[in-house]
Amino acid sequence: MPEPKLITENRFPDPDAAFRLIVEAHRGLSEEESKALNAKLVLLLANHAGDLAVLKEALEIAKR
Amino acid sequence: MTSRKTIFQYGYRRSADQGKTRPAHHPVVIIGAGPVGLALAVDLAQRSIPVVLLDDADRIGEGSRAICFAKKTLEVFDRLGCAGPMLEKGVRWSVGRVFQGERELYQFDLLPEGGHKMPAFINLQQYYVEGHLVERVADLPLIDLRWRNRVSAITRHADHAALAIETPDGPYHLTTDWLVACDGARSPARTMLGLDFAGEVFEDQFLIADVKMTADFPVERRFWFEPPFHTGQSALLHKQPDDIWRIDLQLGRDADTEAEKKLEAVIPRITRMLGHQDFRLEWVSIYKFQCRRLERFVHDRVIFAGDSAHQVSPFGARGANSGVQDAENLAWKLAAVIKGQARASLIETYNSERSEAADENILNSTRATDFLAPHSEAERTLRNAALSLAQHTGFAKRMVNSGRLSVPTAYANSPVSTPDEAQWEGGVSPGTPIPDAPMVDAAGKMMFLTEALGQDFTLLHRANGQTLDAPKGVAVIGVGTEFSDTEGLLEKRFAIPDGGGYLIRPDGHVAARFYHASQGKVAAALRRARGG
Repeated sequence: MPEPKLITENRFPDPDAAFRLIVEAHRGLSEEESKALNAKLVLLLANHAGDLAVLKEALEIAKR
Repeated sequence: MTSRKTIFQYGYRRSADQGKTRPAHHPVVIIGAGPVGLALAVDLAQRSIPVVLLDDADRIGEGSRAICFAKKTLEVFDRLGCAGPMLEKGVRWSVGRVFQGERELYQFDLLPEGGHKMPAFINLQQYYVEGHLVERVADLPLIDLRWRNRVSAITRHADHAALAIETPDGPYHLTTDWLVACDGARSPARTMLGLDFAGEVFEDQFLIADVKMTADFPVERRFWFEPPFHTGQSALLHKQPDDIWRIDLQLGRDADTEAEKKLEAVIPRITRMLGHQDFRLEWVSIYKFQCRRLERFVHDRVIFAGDSAHQVSPFGARGANSGVQDAENLAWKLAAVIKGQARASLIETYNSERSEAADENILNSTRATDFLAPHSEAERTLRNAALSLAQHTGFAKRMVNSGRLSVPTAYANSPVSTPDEAQWEGGVSPGTPIPDAPMVDAAGKMMFLTEALGQDFTLLHRANGQTLDAPKGVAVIGVGTEFSDTEGLLEKRFAIPDGGGYLIRPDGHVAARFYHASQGKVAAALRRARGG
C-alpha cells in the first residue's frame, strides 16, 4: 500500500462556511441542474488536484 | 444501397499449383488482399521473399471503410514504393474542429511542426489505397496474387500449415511454412481455427454515409456534439477526394435499423445536416461498433494481422492504420527468420509488440466511443459537464473526446529493445518510432531521414572523426559526415552526442541508442533486436 496522498483532515479555517457554500449553490436548482453542477464541480476540483493517485483515493473513500 | 459498386475488377487465373498430385509448398501464404495483406506481400517481396496472396473476390468494391491514412502509414507506403499517387490523390488535412450545438468548443492541429516528409493525415478512399497497392504488386514477380481463391480449411502444424482452397476450377491444396491471415474483422481463418474474438460491443447505432457534392467547406475534420441539425446525438463530416464527403450520424440505441437505412429516412437527415439537397448519396450503412481482439496473434505457424486480430470503432482512424503497422512489424521479422538471420522465436515479439499496440488502440477507441455514447444518465451528466466546461477551461477541452487520432505505438516493454546505458537528455527512447527530419547529402541534395533509411537496420551515427565498421545488415547514415543537419532538426529531435548514435529497426522503431557507439555495442543490439 503506497503512502496515502489525499488529505482527509480539515483544511478550511471555517469548514461550516465551505459546506454552506456548496449546499447553497444547489438552492432553487432542479434535480437535473443540481446533478450538472455537481459534475462540473467534480471535474474542476479533480483537475485542480491534478494527481491520479489522489483522485483514486478520493473515489475509494467516496464509494465506501 | 448496401450492395457495393465495383471500383476495380481483376481476373481469376488458374495457377500451376492447381491439379498437382502433391500440394505445392510455399514459404509464405497470405489470406486477404486488403490494405494489410497487400502491404505485407509488397514488404516481403521487397525483402526477396516469395509470397502467395489469396483473395476470395476478384474486385475492389466501394463502401464505407477506412478513409484516414496517418503519417506513419504513409511512411510505410512510401518505403513500399506507392505513396506518391496516394499523396497526389488524397486530401491533406491536419486541423480538426469540435462543436457543441452551434458553438465551436476548440480546434486542434495534428502536425504543427515542419520537417516531416509526410503529412499528419490524408483522406483517401480505401479502394484507391488498395488499387495503388495492387498496381505495386504487379511490379513484383515474387508476389503471386490469386483472385477468387477462397480458403475453405486450415490445418495447423508445429512447423507448417496446410490449406484447402476453392476456385472456379475446383479445389486444390497448399502447404506453407507461414500463413498470415489478413482476412478482416469477420476473419474466416479465425473461425476455422476456432479462436475466441472477445471484447466489447457498443449498443449505439451509427449511420455512415458517403455523399457527393461540391462544397467549399474547408478541409477539416468537423465533429459536433448535440448538433443543431441532429438532436441529442453526435455528427462527423470529413472530406475525401472526388467531392465525396464522409458523414457519421449517431442514431442512439433504440434506432430501427431497417427503417433508418431507407432513403426516405436517410435523405432528410443529411439534408438537415448540410442545409441543402444538392448532393448524391453514394453509399450508406448502419453500424454498431465493437472493440475486440484475439488473445494471441500467433498460433504456431498461423499469424493474424489487421482487423482479423483486433477490431476498433472508427473514431481515431485506428483500424487500417494499425493493420498496416502490423504488416510492417511482421514483414522484416518474417524475412529475417526465413533467411536464417533470426530464430523463429522472433515472431513471438510480433505478438507482444502488436498486442501492446492493439491494447493502446482499443483503449483509445473505447474511451472515445464511451464519451460519444455514455452508458448511463450519470455518465451522460459527467460527459456534458466536460463539454460545458470546455468552452471556458483548458483542462476540460482536453477531456472532450471525439476520437484520439492514430499515432504509432512506442513499444515500451519490447524484449528486442536494448535499454539505455545511461540517462538521455531528450531524443527518442528505445521502442519508439523515429520522427522524420530533413538532411542534406554530400552532393548538396536535400532529403528526408525516412527516405535515407534502407530495408534493413540503420545506424544513425554522429561519427566524431572516427569511422565505425558496422556489422553486416546495418547501413550507416553519418550525421556531420555524408549528411549534414542544415536545419538542426536531427539534433533537436534525436539529441545525438558526438560519437553516439541510434540503431534503427527496419520498421523505423529505435532498437538501441548509444552515447559512444562501438562495433561491439551495435552488434550486441542488433543480435538482441533480431531476437537474440
